[in-house]
Amino acid sequence: MTSPTTKQRKPNILVTGAAGSLAQQVIKRLQKTCNLVAVDARTQVPLGDDIPSYCMDLNHRLLEDLFRRYKFDGVIHLGRIRSSQLTRMRRYNANVLGTQNLLDLSQKYGVRRVIVLSTYHVYGAMAYNPALITESAPLKSAGLSADLIDSVELENLASIYLWRYPELNISILRPCNIVGPGVRNTVSSLLASQRAPVLAGFSPMMQFIHIDDMADAIALAYKKPVRGIFNVAPGDWVAYQRALQLCGCTRIPVPSIPPLLPRLILRTLGLRRFPAYLMGFFKYPVVIDGREFENEFGFTAKRPLKEIFHFYKNNKTPL
Amino acid sequence: MSLVSFLKSRLVSTELDEHINRIRKPIGTLGYDPWGYNNETVKYGLSLAKPIYEKYFRTEAQGVDHIPAQGPVLIVGNHSGQLPIDGILIGYALASRTKSPRIPRAMIERFFPTVPWLGNMLNEVGAVLGDPVNCARMLANNEAIIVFPEGVRGSGKLYRDRYKLQRFGPGFMHLAMKYNAAIVPVGVVGCEETIPAIANIKPLAKALGIPYAPLAMPVVLPAKVHLNFGPPMYFDGEDISETQVGERVEQVKTEINRLIDKGLKERKRLF
Repeated sequence: MTSPTTKQRKPNILVTGAAGSLAQQVIKRLQKTCNLVAVDARTQVPLGDDIPSYCMDLNHRLLEDLFRRYKFDGVIHLGRIRSSQLTRMRRYNANVLGTQNLLDLSQKYGVRRVIVLSTYHVYGAMAYNPALITESAPLKSAGLSADLIDSVELENLASIYLWRYPELNISILRPCNIVGPGVRNTVSSLLASQRAPVLAGFSPMMQFIHIDDMADAIALAYKKPVRGIFNVAPGDWVAYQRALQLCGCTRIPVPSIPPLLPRLILRTLGLRRFPAYLMGFFKYPVVIDGREFENEFGFTAKRPLKEIFHFYKNNKTPL
Repeated sequence: MSLVSFLKSRLVSTELDEHINRIRKPIGTLGYDPWGYNNETVKYGLSLAKPIYEKYFRTEAQGVDHIPAQGPVLIVGNHSGQLPIDGILIGYALASRTKSPRIPRAMIERFFPTVPWLGNMLNEVGAVLGDPVNCARMLANNEAIIVFPEGVRGSGKLYRDRYKLQRFGPGFMHLAMKYNAAIVPVGVVGCEETIPAIANIKPLAKALGIPYAPLAMPVVLPAKVHLNFGPPMYFDGEDISETQVGERVEQVKTEINRLIDKGLKERKRLF
Protein backbone atom coordinates (compact mmCIF):
# COMPACT_ATOMS: atom_id res chain seq x y z
CA MET A 1 0.00 0.00 0.00
CA THR A 2 1.30 3.42 -0.91
CA SER A 3 0.48 6.25 1.41
CA PRO A 4 -0.95 9.26 -0.42
CA THR A 5 1.43 11.56 1.41
CA THR A 6 4.56 9.78 0.19
CA LYS A 7 3.78 10.26 -3.51
CA GLN A 8 5.95 12.61 -5.53
CA ARG A 9 3.09 14.44 -7.21
CA LYS A 10 0.20 16.04 -5.37
CA PRO A 11 -2.58 13.50 -4.86
CA ASN A 12 -5.82 14.00 -6.78
CA ILE A 13 -8.86 13.98 -4.53
CA LEU A 14 -12.55 14.00 -5.32
CA VAL A 15 -14.66 15.85 -2.74
CA THR A 16 -18.41 15.27 -2.89
CA GLY A 17 -21.04 17.52 -1.34
CA ALA A 18 -18.81 20.48 -2.17
CA ALA A 19 -21.54 23.09 -1.68
CA GLY A 20 -21.81 22.29 2.00
CA SER A 21 -19.91 24.40 4.51
CA LEU A 22 -18.05 21.38 5.90
CA ALA A 23 -16.75 20.44 2.44
CA GLN A 24 -15.62 24.03 1.88
CA GLN A 25 -13.62 23.92 5.11
CA VAL A 26 -12.09 20.58 4.13
CA ILE A 27 -11.19 21.97 0.69
CA LYS A 28 -9.55 24.97 2.34
CA ARG A 29 -7.36 22.65 4.44
CA LEU A 30 -6.33 20.36 1.59
CA GLN A 31 -6.04 22.67 -1.40
CA LYS A 32 -2.37 23.49 -0.87
CA THR A 33 -1.20 19.91 -0.66
CA CYS A 34 -3.68 18.18 -3.00
CA ASN A 35 -5.26 18.61 -6.41
CA LEU A 36 -8.95 18.78 -5.63
CA VAL A 37 -12.02 18.17 -7.77
CA ALA A 38 -15.37 19.20 -6.31
CA VAL A 39 -18.74 17.65 -7.05
CA ASP A 40 -22.15 18.58 -5.72
CA ALA A 41 -25.59 17.40 -6.73
CA ARG A 42 -27.21 20.71 -5.83
CA THR A 43 -25.15 23.39 -7.49
CA GLN A 44 -21.87 24.10 -9.24
CA VAL A 45 -19.74 25.70 -6.57
CA PRO A 46 -17.34 28.43 -7.67
CA LEU A 47 -14.00 27.40 -6.13
CA GLY A 48 -11.53 29.36 -8.24
CA ASP A 49 -9.37 28.31 -11.17
CA ASP A 50 -7.41 25.65 -9.34
CA ILE A 51 -10.33 23.47 -8.32
CA PRO A 52 -12.58 22.08 -11.08
CA SER A 53 -16.15 22.02 -9.81
CA TYR A 54 -19.07 20.04 -11.20
CA CYS A 55 -22.79 19.93 -10.53
CA MET A 56 -23.47 16.23 -10.81
CA ASP A 57 -25.53 13.51 -9.23
CA LEU A 58 -23.44 10.59 -7.93
CA ASN A 59 -25.57 8.23 -10.04
CA HIS A 60 -24.74 10.17 -13.21
CA ARG A 61 -22.81 8.34 -15.92
CA LEU A 62 -20.52 11.34 -16.38
CA LEU A 63 -19.06 10.66 -12.94
CA GLU A 64 -16.98 7.89 -14.50
CA ASP A 65 -15.48 10.41 -16.92
CA LEU A 66 -14.18 12.38 -13.94
CA PHE A 67 -12.48 9.23 -12.63
CA ARG A 68 -10.98 8.59 -16.07
CA ARG A 69 -9.76 12.14 -16.49
CA TYR A 70 -8.39 12.93 -13.04
CA LYS A 71 -7.14 9.49 -11.91
CA PHE A 72 -8.15 10.09 -8.32
CA ASP A 73 -5.94 8.87 -5.49
CA GLY A 74 -8.55 9.59 -2.86
CA VAL A 75 -12.25 10.28 -2.40
CA ILE A 76 -13.75 12.32 0.44
CA HIS A 77 -17.45 11.56 0.38
CA LEU A 78 -19.28 14.29 2.27
CA GLY A 79 -22.27 14.47 -0.08
CA ARG A 80 -24.72 12.71 2.18
CA ILE A 81 -28.22 14.09 2.00
CA ARG A 82 -29.46 14.72 5.50
CA SER A 83 -32.60 13.08 6.82
CA SER A 84 -34.39 16.43 6.86
CA GLN A 85 -33.96 16.88 3.10
CA LEU A 86 -35.88 15.52 0.10
CA THR A 87 -38.09 12.43 0.14
CA ARG A 88 -37.16 8.98 1.46
CA MET A 89 -36.91 7.55 -2.06
CA ARG A 90 -34.69 10.34 -3.37
CA ARG A 91 -32.49 10.15 -0.31
CA TYR A 92 -32.15 6.41 -0.78
CA ASN A 93 -31.18 6.89 -4.43
CA ALA A 94 -28.66 9.58 -3.64
CA ASN A 95 -27.21 8.24 -0.38
CA VAL A 96 -27.23 4.52 -0.97
CA LEU A 97 -27.19 3.95 -4.72
CA GLY A 98 -25.09 7.06 -5.37
CA THR A 99 -22.53 5.95 -2.79
CA GLN A 100 -22.45 2.47 -4.29
CA ASN A 101 -21.69 3.94 -7.70
CA LEU A 102 -18.98 6.13 -6.19
CA LEU A 103 -17.36 3.18 -4.39
CA ASP A 104 -17.59 0.95 -7.47
CA LEU A 105 -15.81 3.59 -9.54
CA SER A 106 -13.23 4.12 -6.78
CA GLN A 107 -12.47 0.41 -6.85
CA LYS A 108 -12.38 0.28 -10.65
CA TYR A 109 -10.00 3.24 -10.97
CA GLY A 110 -7.60 2.28 -8.19
CA VAL A 111 -8.44 4.85 -5.52
CA ARG A 112 -6.29 4.27 -2.42
CA ARG A 113 -8.08 6.26 0.26
CA VAL A 114 -11.81 6.84 0.86
CA ILE A 115 -13.39 8.85 3.68
CA VAL A 116 -17.15 8.42 4.11
CA LEU A 117 -19.04 10.87 6.30
CA SER A 118 -21.80 9.19 8.28
CA THR A 119 -23.63 10.41 11.38
CA TYR A 120 -24.15 9.40 15.00
CA HIS A 121 -27.87 9.15 14.16
CA VAL A 122 -27.20 5.58 12.97
CA TYR A 123 -27.03 4.39 16.61
CA GLY A 124 -30.65 5.44 17.14
CA ALA A 125 -32.08 7.29 20.12
CA MET A 126 -33.74 5.11 22.70
CA ALA A 127 -34.22 5.11 26.45
CA TYR A 128 -31.92 2.12 26.96
CA ASN A 129 -28.83 3.56 25.28
CA PRO A 130 -25.74 3.39 27.47
CA ALA A 131 -23.46 6.43 27.40
CA LEU A 132 -20.14 6.51 25.53
CA ILE A 133 -21.33 4.27 22.70
CA THR A 134 -18.42 2.66 20.89
CA GLU A 135 -18.14 1.90 17.19
CA SER A 136 -19.05 -1.76 17.66
CA ALA A 137 -22.49 -0.99 19.12
CA PRO A 138 -25.49 -2.14 17.04
CA LEU A 139 -27.10 0.40 14.71
CA LYS A 140 -30.63 0.64 15.98
CA SER A 141 -31.95 3.66 14.14
CA ALA A 142 -33.31 1.75 11.13
CA GLY A 143 -35.67 -0.07 13.47
CA LEU A 144 -36.78 3.16 15.10
CA SER A 145 -37.49 5.34 12.10
CA ALA A 146 -37.92 4.61 8.40
CA ASP A 147 -36.53 8.09 7.69
CA LEU A 148 -33.10 7.06 8.94
CA ILE A 149 -32.86 3.81 6.96
CA ASP A 150 -30.79 5.42 4.20
CA SER A 151 -28.19 6.59 6.74
CA VAL A 152 -27.80 3.04 8.07
CA GLU A 153 -27.82 1.52 4.58
CA LEU A 154 -25.08 3.94 3.48
CA GLU A 155 -22.97 2.74 6.40
CA ASN A 156 -23.68 -0.93 5.74
CA LEU A 157 -22.68 -0.48 2.14
CA ALA A 158 -19.48 1.33 3.05
CA SER A 159 -18.70 -1.42 5.59
CA ILE A 160 -19.15 -4.13 2.94
CA TYR A 161 -16.73 -2.32 0.62
CA LEU A 162 -14.37 -1.74 3.54
CA TRP A 163 -13.90 -5.50 3.98
CA ARG A 164 -14.33 -6.62 0.39
CA TYR A 165 -11.87 -4.11 -1.08
CA PRO A 166 -9.25 -3.42 1.62
CA GLU A 167 -7.11 -1.57 -0.95
CA LEU A 168 -9.70 1.25 -0.95
CA ASN A 169 -8.70 2.02 2.69
CA ILE A 170 -12.19 3.14 3.64
CA SER A 171 -12.70 5.08 6.86
CA ILE A 172 -16.24 5.76 7.95
CA LEU A 173 -16.60 8.75 10.28
CA ARG A 174 -19.59 9.03 12.60
CA PRO A 175 -19.51 12.57 13.99
CA CYS A 176 -21.75 13.94 16.74
CA ASN A 177 -23.76 17.13 16.03
CA ILE A 178 -21.70 19.31 13.68
CA VAL A 179 -22.34 22.97 14.48
CA GLY A 180 -20.84 26.37 13.84
CA PRO A 181 -20.82 29.10 11.20
CA GLY A 182 -22.57 28.13 7.98
CA VAL A 183 -23.90 24.77 9.19
CA ARG A 184 -27.51 24.30 8.18
CA ASN A 185 -28.42 20.98 9.79
CA THR A 186 -31.33 20.46 12.18
CA VAL A 187 -29.51 21.06 15.44
CA SER A 188 -27.61 24.08 14.13
CA SER A 189 -30.88 25.69 13.00
CA LEU A 190 -32.32 25.06 16.46
CA LEU A 191 -29.36 26.64 18.25
CA ALA A 192 -29.50 29.60 15.88
CA SER A 193 -33.21 30.24 16.34
CA GLN A 194 -34.85 32.66 18.77
CA ARG A 195 -37.30 30.06 19.99
CA ALA A 196 -36.63 26.35 19.97
CA PRO A 197 -39.01 23.50 20.76
CA VAL A 198 -38.11 21.05 23.51
CA LEU A 199 -39.92 17.95 24.72
CA ALA A 200 -41.25 18.87 28.16
CA GLY A 201 -39.25 17.15 30.88
CA PHE A 202 -36.55 15.77 28.57
CA SER A 203 -33.11 17.26 28.20
CA PRO A 204 -30.80 14.55 26.88
CA MET A 205 -27.03 14.81 26.97
CA MET A 206 -25.61 15.95 23.65
CA GLN A 207 -22.22 16.39 22.05
CA PHE A 208 -21.28 19.11 19.61
CA ILE A 209 -18.29 19.45 17.35
CA HIS A 210 -17.31 22.74 15.74
CA ILE A 211 -17.27 22.63 11.94
CA ASP A 212 -13.60 23.71 11.92
CA ASP A 213 -12.70 20.83 14.24
CA MET A 214 -14.64 18.40 12.06
CA ALA A 215 -12.85 19.69 8.96
CA ASP A 216 -9.53 19.21 10.80
CA ALA A 217 -10.60 15.66 11.68
CA ILE A 218 -11.42 14.81 8.05
CA ALA A 219 -8.16 16.32 6.77
CA LEU A 220 -6.25 14.40 9.44
CA ALA A 221 -8.06 11.16 8.66
CA TYR A 222 -7.32 11.52 4.95
CA LYS A 223 -3.60 11.73 5.60
CA LYS A 224 -3.39 8.47 7.56
CA PRO A 225 -4.84 5.56 5.61
CA VAL A 226 -6.24 3.51 8.47
CA ARG A 227 -9.31 1.48 7.59
CA GLY A 228 -12.22 1.36 9.99
CA ILE A 229 -15.23 2.98 11.53
CA PHE A 230 -14.68 5.86 13.92
CA ASN A 231 -16.87 8.04 16.11
CA VAL A 232 -15.80 11.66 16.06
CA ALA A 233 -16.79 13.59 19.18
CA PRO A 234 -14.94 15.75 21.68
CA GLY A 235 -14.86 14.65 25.33
CA ASP A 236 -17.32 17.28 26.47
CA TRP A 237 -21.04 17.01 27.08
CA VAL A 238 -24.02 19.24 27.74
CA ALA A 239 -27.76 18.77 28.24
CA TYR A 240 -29.85 19.89 25.24
CA GLN A 241 -31.94 22.42 27.13
CA ARG A 242 -28.84 23.88 28.80
CA ALA A 243 -27.25 24.26 25.36
CA LEU A 244 -30.32 26.17 24.16
CA GLN A 245 -30.13 28.44 27.21
CA LEU A 246 -26.46 29.14 26.56
CA CYS A 247 -27.31 30.01 22.94
CA GLY A 248 -29.94 32.49 24.14
CA CYS A 249 -32.93 30.49 22.81
CA THR A 250 -36.34 30.66 24.41
CA ARG A 251 -37.48 27.10 25.02
CA ILE A 252 -40.97 26.16 23.85
CA PRO A 253 -42.06 22.95 25.59
CA VAL A 254 -43.99 20.39 23.56
CA PRO A 255 -46.08 17.95 25.66
CA SER A 256 -44.06 14.75 25.86
CA ILE A 257 -46.35 12.11 27.31
CA PRO A 258 -47.95 9.88 26.19
CA PRO A 259 -45.31 9.43 23.42
CA LEU A 260 -47.97 9.47 20.72
CA LEU A 261 -48.89 13.06 21.55
CA PRO A 262 -45.60 14.81 20.66
CA ARG A 263 -45.33 12.69 17.52
CA LEU A 264 -48.80 13.81 16.46
CA ILE A 265 -48.06 17.45 17.28
CA LEU A 266 -44.74 17.47 15.44
CA ARG A 267 -46.18 15.71 12.39
CA THR A 268 -49.00 18.25 12.27
CA LEU A 269 -46.65 21.19 12.64
CA GLY A 270 -44.18 19.71 10.14
CA LEU A 271 -41.28 21.80 11.48
CA ARG A 272 -38.19 21.20 9.40
CA ARG A 273 -35.86 21.96 12.26
CA PHE A 274 -37.69 19.67 14.69
CA PRO A 275 -38.99 16.72 12.61
CA ALA A 276 -41.05 13.97 14.26
CA TYR A 277 -38.62 11.19 13.29
CA LEU A 278 -35.71 12.93 15.05
CA MET A 279 -37.83 13.37 18.17
CA GLY A 280 -35.99 10.55 19.93
CA PHE A 281 -32.72 12.49 19.72
CA PHE A 282 -34.31 15.32 21.73
CA LYS A 283 -35.65 12.85 24.29
CA TYR A 284 -32.97 10.25 24.90
CA PRO A 285 -29.19 10.64 24.92
CA VAL A 286 -26.95 9.22 22.21
CA VAL A 287 -23.52 9.91 23.69
CA ILE A 288 -20.70 8.48 21.60
CA ASP A 289 -17.12 7.70 22.53
CA GLY A 290 -14.67 9.49 20.24
CA ARG A 291 -11.48 8.30 21.94
CA GLU A 292 -10.64 5.63 19.37
CA PHE A 293 -10.44 8.27 16.62
CA GLU A 294 -8.47 10.63 18.84
CA ASN A 295 -5.91 7.95 19.66
CA GLU A 296 -5.59 6.59 16.13
CA PHE A 297 -5.27 9.92 14.34
CA GLY A 298 -3.91 12.14 17.11
CA PHE A 299 -6.96 14.37 16.97
CA THR A 300 -8.03 16.89 19.60
CA ALA A 301 -10.99 19.23 19.24
CA LYS A 302 -9.79 22.79 19.77
CA ARG A 303 -13.02 24.80 19.94
CA PRO A 304 -14.74 24.54 23.34
CA LEU A 305 -18.52 24.34 23.77
CA LYS A 306 -18.61 27.81 25.30
CA GLU A 307 -17.14 29.31 22.14
CA ILE A 308 -19.66 27.47 19.95
CA PHE A 309 -22.65 28.61 22.03
CA HIS A 310 -21.26 32.14 22.21
CA PHE A 311 -21.28 32.25 18.42
CA TYR A 312 -24.94 31.22 18.25
CA LYS A 313 -25.91 33.67 20.98
CA ASN A 314 -24.28 36.56 19.14
CA ASN A 315 -25.59 35.60 15.70
CA LYS A 316 -29.31 35.15 16.15
CA THR A 317 -31.19 35.15 12.90
CA PRO A 318 -33.64 38.09 12.75
CA LEU A 319 -37.30 37.23 13.18
CA MET B 1 -29.44 38.58 42.59
CA SER B 2 -31.12 36.21 40.13
CA LEU B 3 -33.77 33.73 41.25
CA VAL B 4 -31.41 30.80 40.74
CA SER B 5 -28.64 32.28 42.87
CA PHE B 6 -31.19 33.33 45.51
CA LEU B 7 -32.57 29.78 45.71
CA LYS B 8 -29.06 28.42 45.81
CA SER B 9 -28.09 30.71 48.67
CA ARG B 10 -31.16 29.58 50.64
CA LEU B 11 -30.84 25.88 49.87
CA VAL B 12 -27.16 25.13 49.54
CA SER B 13 -24.96 25.99 52.49
CA THR B 14 -21.50 27.44 51.87
CA GLU B 15 -19.86 24.45 53.59
CA LEU B 16 -21.69 22.00 51.34
CA ASP B 17 -20.84 24.06 48.27
CA GLU B 18 -17.15 23.98 49.18
CA HIS B 19 -17.36 20.32 50.21
CA ILE B 20 -18.68 19.31 46.76
CA ASN B 21 -16.26 21.59 44.92
CA ARG B 22 -13.36 19.83 46.64
CA ILE B 23 -14.41 16.43 45.29
CA ARG B 24 -12.71 15.86 41.96
CA LYS B 25 -14.98 14.49 39.24
CA PRO B 26 -14.23 13.75 35.58
CA ILE B 27 -16.58 16.37 34.13
CA GLY B 28 -16.55 18.51 30.99
CA THR B 29 -16.21 22.28 30.67
CA LEU B 30 -19.90 22.90 31.42
CA GLY B 31 -20.04 20.73 34.53
CA TYR B 32 -21.60 17.64 32.93
CA ASP B 33 -20.29 14.12 32.50
CA PRO B 34 -21.34 11.69 29.71
CA TRP B 35 -24.13 10.21 31.85
CA GLY B 36 -25.67 13.58 32.66
CA TYR B 37 -24.18 14.12 36.12
CA ASN B 38 -24.14 17.81 36.98
CA ASN B 39 -22.01 19.30 39.73
CA GLU B 40 -24.48 22.10 40.54
CA THR B 41 -27.59 19.88 40.68
CA VAL B 42 -25.78 17.51 43.03
CA LYS B 43 -25.44 20.38 45.51
CA TYR B 44 -29.23 20.83 45.55
CA GLY B 45 -29.71 17.07 45.76
CA LEU B 46 -27.44 16.71 48.76
CA SER B 47 -28.97 19.77 50.45
CA LEU B 48 -32.39 18.13 50.18
CA ALA B 49 -31.05 14.73 51.23
CA LYS B 50 -29.37 16.12 54.37
CA PRO B 51 -32.56 16.63 56.46
CA ILE B 52 -33.99 13.35 55.14
CA TYR B 53 -30.82 11.52 56.18
CA GLU B 54 -30.23 13.26 59.49
CA LYS B 55 -33.67 14.26 60.75
CA TYR B 56 -36.29 12.05 59.11
CA PHE B 57 -34.58 8.67 59.11
CA ARG B 58 -31.94 9.57 61.78
CA THR B 59 -29.54 7.40 59.84
CA GLU B 60 -26.62 5.79 61.61
CA ALA B 61 -23.82 4.76 59.28
CA GLN B 62 -21.02 2.52 60.52
CA GLY B 63 -17.88 1.70 58.60
CA VAL B 64 -18.46 4.12 55.71
CA ASP B 65 -14.68 4.62 55.66
CA HIS B 66 -14.36 1.04 54.39
CA ILE B 67 -15.14 2.50 50.95
CA PRO B 68 -11.72 3.14 49.35
CA ALA B 69 -10.84 6.80 48.78
CA GLN B 70 -10.18 6.20 45.08
CA GLY B 71 -10.40 3.60 42.35
CA PRO B 72 -13.36 1.60 41.06
CA VAL B 73 -15.79 0.44 43.76
CA LEU B 74 -19.09 -1.39 43.77
CA ILE B 75 -21.15 -0.70 46.89
CA VAL B 76 -23.44 -3.72 47.06
CA GLY B 77 -26.44 -3.72 49.36
CA ASN B 78 -29.82 -5.21 50.09
CA HIS B 79 -32.67 -3.42 48.35
CA SER B 80 -35.91 -2.72 50.16
CA GLY B 81 -38.79 -0.37 50.77
CA GLN B 82 -40.52 0.15 47.39
CA LEU B 83 -38.76 3.49 46.75
CA PRO B 84 -34.96 3.77 46.34
CA ILE B 85 -34.56 5.53 49.69
CA ASP B 86 -31.79 3.08 50.61
CA GLY B 87 -29.75 4.24 47.60
CA ILE B 88 -30.17 7.91 48.56
CA LEU B 89 -29.07 7.25 52.16
CA ILE B 90 -26.01 5.18 51.13
CA GLY B 91 -25.10 7.86 48.61
CA TYR B 92 -25.42 10.65 51.15
CA ALA B 93 -23.34 8.72 53.70
CA LEU B 94 -20.46 8.47 51.20
CA ALA B 95 -20.75 12.01 49.81
CA SER B 96 -20.88 13.60 53.25
CA ARG B 97 -18.12 11.62 54.98
CA THR B 98 -15.37 13.89 56.24
CA LYS B 99 -12.43 11.77 55.14
CA SER B 100 -12.09 11.64 51.33
CA PRO B 101 -15.75 11.98 50.35
CA ARG B 102 -16.84 10.64 46.95
CA ILE B 103 -19.87 11.31 44.80
CA PRO B 104 -21.37 7.87 44.27
CA ARG B 105 -23.25 6.75 41.21
CA ALA B 106 -26.33 4.54 41.30
CA MET B 107 -27.68 2.13 38.73
CA ILE B 108 -31.42 2.71 38.25
CA GLU B 109 -34.31 0.79 36.70
CA ARG B 110 -34.76 0.95 32.94
CA PHE B 111 -38.16 2.48 33.50
CA PHE B 112 -36.84 5.82 34.82
CA PRO B 113 -35.32 7.39 31.67
CA THR B 114 -38.77 7.34 30.07
CA VAL B 115 -40.29 9.46 32.86
CA PRO B 116 -40.16 13.20 32.05
CA TRP B 117 -38.33 15.45 34.54
CA LEU B 118 -37.61 12.63 36.98
CA GLY B 119 -35.33 10.75 34.56
CA ASN B 120 -33.17 13.81 33.87
CA MET B 121 -33.15 14.84 37.50
CA LEU B 122 -31.91 11.42 38.58
CA ASN B 123 -29.19 11.56 35.92
CA GLU B 124 -28.07 14.98 37.10
CA VAL B 125 -27.55 13.77 40.67
CA GLY B 126 -25.49 10.81 39.49
CA ALA B 127 -28.00 8.01 38.86
CA VAL B 128 -27.45 6.09 35.63
CA LEU B 129 -29.50 3.67 33.57
CA GLY B 130 -28.77 0.20 34.94
CA ASP B 131 -27.03 -1.18 31.89
CA PRO B 132 -23.94 -3.39 32.23
CA VAL B 133 -22.17 -1.30 29.58
CA ASN B 134 -22.76 1.85 31.63
CA CYS B 135 -21.50 0.15 34.77
CA ALA B 136 -18.37 -1.08 32.97
CA ARG B 137 -17.57 2.37 31.53
CA MET B 138 -18.03 3.99 34.92
CA LEU B 139 -15.77 1.48 36.63
CA ALA B 140 -13.19 2.23 33.95
CA ASN B 141 -13.70 5.89 34.97
CA ASN B 142 -12.85 4.97 38.61
CA GLU B 143 -16.33 5.69 39.92
CA ALA B 144 -17.94 4.35 43.11
CA ILE B 145 -21.24 2.74 42.10
CA ILE B 146 -24.15 1.72 44.31
CA VAL B 147 -25.60 -1.58 43.08
CA PHE B 148 -28.55 -3.59 44.29
CA PRO B 149 -28.15 -7.00 42.62
CA GLU B 150 -31.64 -8.00 43.78
CA GLY B 151 -33.14 -5.23 41.59
CA VAL B 152 -36.93 -4.95 41.73
CA ARG B 153 -37.09 -8.40 43.35
CA GLY B 154 -35.68 -6.72 46.46
CA SER B 155 -37.34 -3.31 46.45
CA GLY B 156 -40.75 -4.65 45.45
CA LYS B 157 -40.97 -7.43 48.03
CA LEU B 158 -43.73 -7.47 50.61
CA TYR B 159 -43.41 -6.66 54.30
CA ARG B 160 -43.75 -10.31 55.29
CA ASP B 161 -40.54 -11.05 53.34
CA ARG B 162 -38.53 -8.27 55.00
CA TYR B 163 -34.78 -8.82 55.39
CA LYS B 164 -34.92 -11.99 53.28
CA LEU B 165 -32.36 -11.51 50.54
CA GLN B 166 -33.74 -12.32 47.09
CA ARG B 167 -31.74 -13.83 44.24
CA PHE B 168 -28.61 -11.82 43.35
CA GLY B 169 -27.86 -11.33 39.66
CA PRO B 170 -24.21 -12.25 38.98
CA GLY B 171 -23.53 -9.26 36.67
CA PHE B 172 -21.90 -7.15 39.40
CA MET B 173 -19.37 -9.90 40.17
CA HIS B 174 -18.34 -10.24 36.52
CA LEU B 175 -17.80 -6.48 36.32
CA ALA B 176 -15.89 -6.31 39.62
CA MET B 177 -13.58 -9.11 38.44
CA LYS B 178 -13.04 -7.57 35.02
CA TYR B 179 -12.31 -4.06 36.26
CA ASN B 180 -10.54 -5.09 39.47
CA ALA B 181 -13.11 -3.16 41.49
CA ALA B 182 -13.47 -3.43 45.25
CA ILE B 183 -16.84 -4.70 46.47
CA VAL B 184 -18.00 -2.98 49.63
CA PRO B 185 -20.99 -4.83 51.13
CA VAL B 186 -23.60 -2.83 53.00
CA GLY B 187 -26.46 -4.05 55.14
CA VAL B 188 -29.42 -1.65 55.21
CA VAL B 189 -31.76 -1.98 58.16
CA GLY B 190 -34.85 0.20 58.54
CA CYS B 191 -35.87 0.85 54.94
CA GLU B 192 -38.11 -2.24 54.97
CA GLU B 193 -40.29 -0.43 57.51
CA THR B 194 -40.57 2.85 55.56
CA ILE B 195 -43.29 1.69 53.16
CA PRO B 196 -44.58 -1.68 54.36
CA ALA B 197 -46.52 -3.26 51.48
CA ILE B 198 -49.00 -6.07 52.00
CA ALA B 199 -49.64 -6.91 48.35
CA ASN B 200 -48.49 -6.18 44.83
CA ILE B 201 -51.27 -5.20 42.42
CA LYS B 202 -49.78 -6.80 39.32
CA PRO B 203 -52.51 -5.82 36.78
CA LEU B 204 -52.17 -2.16 37.81
CA ALA B 205 -48.37 -2.33 37.49
CA LYS B 206 -48.75 -3.87 34.04
CA ALA B 207 -51.27 -1.24 32.96
CA LEU B 208 -49.01 1.61 34.13
CA GLY B 209 -45.87 0.00 32.73
CA ILE B 210 -44.10 0.09 36.10
CA PRO B 211 -42.22 -2.78 37.78
CA TYR B 212 -44.68 -3.18 40.69
CA ALA B 213 -47.66 -1.44 42.32
CA PRO B 214 -47.56 -1.96 46.08
CA LEU B 215 -50.67 -1.93 48.22
CA ALA B 216 -49.42 0.23 51.05
CA MET B 217 -50.17 3.37 53.02
CA PRO B 218 -49.47 6.48 50.93
CA VAL B 219 -46.86 7.73 53.39
CA VAL B 220 -43.19 7.08 54.01
CA LEU B 221 -42.85 6.13 57.67
CA PRO B 222 -39.91 7.66 59.57
CA ALA B 223 -38.22 4.39 60.52
CA LYS B 224 -34.71 4.70 61.96
CA VAL B 225 -32.18 3.48 59.43
CA HIS B 226 -28.90 1.70 60.18
CA LEU B 227 -26.28 1.35 57.47
CA ASN B 228 -23.48 -1.11 58.17
CA PHE B 229 -20.63 -1.09 55.68
CA GLY B 230 -18.33 -4.11 55.65
CA PRO B 231 -14.63 -4.27 54.74
CA PRO B 232 -13.93 -4.21 50.97
CA MET B 233 -13.84 -7.59 49.23
CA TYR B 234 -11.52 -8.17 46.28
CA PHE B 235 -11.91 -10.90 43.66
CA ASP B 236 -9.24 -11.61 41.06
CA GLY B 237 -10.08 -11.50 37.39
CA GLU B 238 -9.14 -15.10 36.52
CA ASP B 239 -11.23 -16.94 33.96
CA ILE B 240 -13.59 -19.07 36.07
CA SER B 241 -16.81 -20.96 35.45
CA GLU B 242 -20.24 -19.49 36.04
CA THR B 243 -20.68 -21.85 39.02
CA GLN B 244 -17.55 -20.44 40.65
CA VAL B 245 -18.79 -16.89 39.95
CA GLY B 246 -22.03 -17.93 41.68
CA GLU B 247 -20.03 -19.06 44.70
CA ARG B 248 -18.33 -15.67 44.87
CA VAL B 249 -21.74 -13.97 44.66
CA GLU B 250 -22.85 -16.15 47.59
CA GLN B 251 -19.81 -14.96 49.60
CA VAL B 252 -20.94 -11.35 49.12
CA LYS B 253 -24.53 -12.30 49.93
CA THR B 254 -23.42 -14.01 53.16
CA GLU B 255 -21.47 -10.91 54.18
CA ILE B 256 -24.48 -8.67 53.51
CA ASN B 257 -26.65 -11.05 55.57
CA ARG B 258 -24.13 -10.76 58.41
CA LEU B 259 -24.25 -6.95 58.20
CA ILE B 260 -28.08 -6.98 58.17
CA ASP B 261 -28.11 -9.21 61.27
CA LYS B 262 -25.65 -6.83 62.94
CA GLY B 263 -27.96 -3.90 62.17
CA LEU B 264 -31.03 -5.76 63.41
CA LYS B 265 -29.26 -6.61 66.68
CA GLU B 266 -28.13 -3.01 67.16
CA ARG B 267 -31.58 -1.62 66.47
CA LYS B 268 -33.36 -0.68 69.70
CA ARG B 269 -36.74 0.24 68.22
CA LEU B 270 -38.35 0.59 64.80
CA PHE B 271 -38.90 4.37 64.84
